[in-house]
Amino acid sequence: MHDLQLRMPSGSKVHFPRVPVDMVGVHERADSFTKRSIKNESKLGALYAALTMLDLTTLEGMDTPGKVRQLCSKARHPVPAAMMEELLKKRPSLPAIPSVAAVCVYPTLVPYAKEFLAGTNIKVAAVSTAFPSGQAPEDVKMLDVKRAVQLGADEIDMVIDRGAFLSGDYQKVFDEIVKVKDICGERVHLKVILETGELKTYDHVRFASDMAMEAGADFIKTSTGKVTPAATLPVTLVMLQAIADYYDRTGRMVGMKPAGGIRTSKQAIHYLCMVNETLGQDWLTPDWFRFGASVLLNDILRQVFKQVTGRYYYDKAFSTD
Amino acid sequence: MAKQTQKTQKNSKQKRAIPPLAIKAQLVKVSKSSAIVSSAAERHQLAPTFDFKYSAAPEATDFVKIDTRQKLFIDGKFVDPKAGKYFPSINPAKAEKISEIAEASAEDVDAAVSAATRAYEKTWSKLSGKERGKYLFRIARIMQERSRELAVVETLDGGKPIKESRDIDIPLAAAHFFYYAGWADKLDYAFPGKKVSALGVAGQVIPWNFPLLMAAWKIAPALATGNTVVLKPAETTSLTALILADVCRQAELPDGVVNIVTGAGATGAALVNHPGIQKIAFTGSTEVGKRIALAAATSGKKVTLELGGKSANIVFADAALDQAVEGVINGIFFNQGHVCCAGSRLLLEESIAGIFVQKLKRRMKQLRVGDPLDKNTDIGAINSAEQLNKIQELVAKGKEEGGEFFETSCTLPSKGYFHRPCFFDGVTSSSLISRVEIFGPVLAISTFRTPEEAIQKANDTAYGLAAGVWSEKGSKIHRTASGLKAGVIWANTYNKFDPASPFGGYFESGWGREGGRHGLLPYLEVR
Repeated sequence: MHDLQLRMPSGSKVHFPRVPVDMVGVHERADSFTKRSIKNESKLGALYAALTMLDLTTLEGMDTPGKVRQLCSKARHPVPAAMMEELLKKRPSLPAIPSVAAVCVYPTLVPYAKEFLAGTNIKVAAVSTAFPSGQAPEDVKMLDVKRAVQLGADEIDMVIDRGAFLSGDYQKVFDEIVKVKDICGERVHLKVILETGELKTYDHVRFASDMAMEAGADFIKTSTGKVTPAATLPVTLVMLQAIADYYDRTGRMVGMKPAGGIRTSKQAIHYLCMVNETLGQDWLTPDWFRFGASVLLNDILRQVFKQVTGRYYYDKAFSTD
Repeated sequence: MAKQTQKTQKNSKQKRAIPPLAIKAQLVKVSKSSAIVSSAAERHQLAPTFDFKYSAAPEATDFVKIDTRQKLFIDGKFVDPKAGKYFPSINPAKAEKISEIAEASAEDVDAAVSAATRAYEKTWSKLSGKERGKYLFRIARIMQERSRELAVVETLDGGKPIKESRDIDIPLAAAHFFYYAGWADKLDYAFPGKKVSALGVAGQVIPWNFPLLMAAWKIAPALATGNTVVLKPAETTSLTALILADVCRQAELPDGVVNIVTGAGATGAALVNHPGIQKIAFTGSTEVGKRIALAAATSGKKVTLELGGKSANIVFADAALDQAVEGVINGIFFNQGHVCCAGSRLLLEESIAGIFVQKLKRRMKQLRVGDPLDKNTDIGAINSAEQLNKIQELVAKGKEEGGEFFETSCTLPSKGYFHRPCFFDGVTSSSLISRVEIFGPVLAISTFRTPEEAIQKANDTAYGLAAGVWSEKGSKIHRTASGLKAGVIWANTYNKFDPASPFGGYFESGWGREGGRHGLLPYLEVR
């Protein structure tokens, strides 16, 4: 399916060489990261790092300003004050628990998120281009992006048109990403959601990754969270390898965001090991790696407490927002 | 004046020759993160890069008790060697003695063979296949129950990473017993139209690279087919074979069916030359294998030999390259390269050689060399000082011969026997590095242009144990595989083992097959 050319708006052509992916090999390599044993200081460091890389997300039809306020409050102050007190009693040198990287909401809720996060470094990401299906006329999708940007989104999480992709109209998929990046400009960070659970094969995922990066994606992202399977280690590995190849070819770093299905610290640490051993340490920062997850936050806090004190914190103390 | 003009011309030519993208890429690589930080990162700068060092994660050893002095296992009992001689067993990761191993003399070997003969005549040959199978199943289950102990001792004694002994060696060893347990009562159906019967006593000599697994490869089919055995483990790795002896005792295997005699070359010679054995099974070096074959030629003993290799991993341009890199890494660095079927020669299609080697280097830099007991260690200790010297000598000779040498820059532990993973690029088929079995983490890389040339180069060796073929095109895989003279051929994978699959080589890689239905034959008289 690779080995084809797509046109840039300027008329120049982009060549996509065929890059086959072997499923068995990908699964085997991905599985090796689940065998890494991250203990003690490296575990604590990884938990902190994972926390800074979180995109807390609420994407429901029932989202309201009130719900977004709760989410933003959690983003600003992830840790219950009483728990922090206990942590510091046990280890006074413990660094402050950092805030998360971003909150991710529907465009209509961007102004509220901006307001609730004012004065912080936490970014506001808006899902866009007729999220989650991407099944809307192109002008509607572009307007979706424009309005989200106008409303103050720092980051746009767009979906690719999977219908067009699977019907072979790659040029349409490519053009849309180029146009969205154009609207985003330099200020707004573009994450391109491939919805790998609908692309199904790793060959598709690889090609979609290559295409998104050539079209100007700042980040590539696995999933909307609305389709099963969402993020998996193997699919993320395929995307990381695409990023590595793209970097070798162009010198431009592209970020990675697995989203959906990452619920435990243990899983998150597997992902960090995979990034570390595939792209290297330069990518281990929220500028280049994010987790799209919400439930994960409480588990990270739980594990930080366990790591420092040797026991678990009172479970009901964590808000479930 | 003329010189200067030339220089200027050269410079301007270079500038024109490199497209803008490539210049950017170069800049980034030279000045690292400062140049990498594009506008996107400057905007964000959310948190500093996380310096992800994996803390030590050593497997516990406190539950394992290793006696300071080991015994021989003869006739169901642990006994002292008659001559009272012992030699040290070294933990190669620390270069420290962990135990003393009994050195079996010819007299001890004789006692073991006599016990095995008695057991064969009085009990084992009288049991039905179904009853023999029960014992094998029982051994397999006890091995699983004691797997943690076996894995830790295997790693302490031999230096292999705990993740390999835990996830590969021990489970596979148990799987061999389970597999051959299933054959024990079905031998009449294994070779339709033929009658089969056991041979008697098998003398088995095994190597140090997979100590317990090789013992299982040897003992399981021998017992399933109704033979009794005397087994000699390698002198540097005797401990897990002795635990296996204890497992046999725990399984209440009749006395004398399995005997373990420890020792070095002299003990092995006493065993294979003993007139009381009917069958020799040897895994080890080609040099010793040849000597055994010569000695056995006049004895009437059946012989199987599983010897060395210099196996080729062939990567075509249309392969899934990232996964092929993994396969190449696994092919040569699995068990520090102490693998008879290691993919020690990498043959790359010339058009992708550059990019492939670049990917390989990046991947190799991620290999964690160090304490074998650490669960995150990818490459453990070289099995012995002697083997380390051999590898170092061959690498030095390879450097003299030329070719681009690359090794990772990881720090090695200050004590113990370690070697960095490395390769020689641009070697020719005639160079020492691509002909001699190094049995260490050293890869020889060369290129080919066509499938025919790949086959010809892969076959250009004295060995013929294994090969790997990497391509996304099925027809190309089949065509290449049918041209290769190797016992095992893996397609788009490498170093995969299963008890149901026969294993063995062509030419100097040995005689006979082990594993699968084929693995029954060397232990049977077929009429």
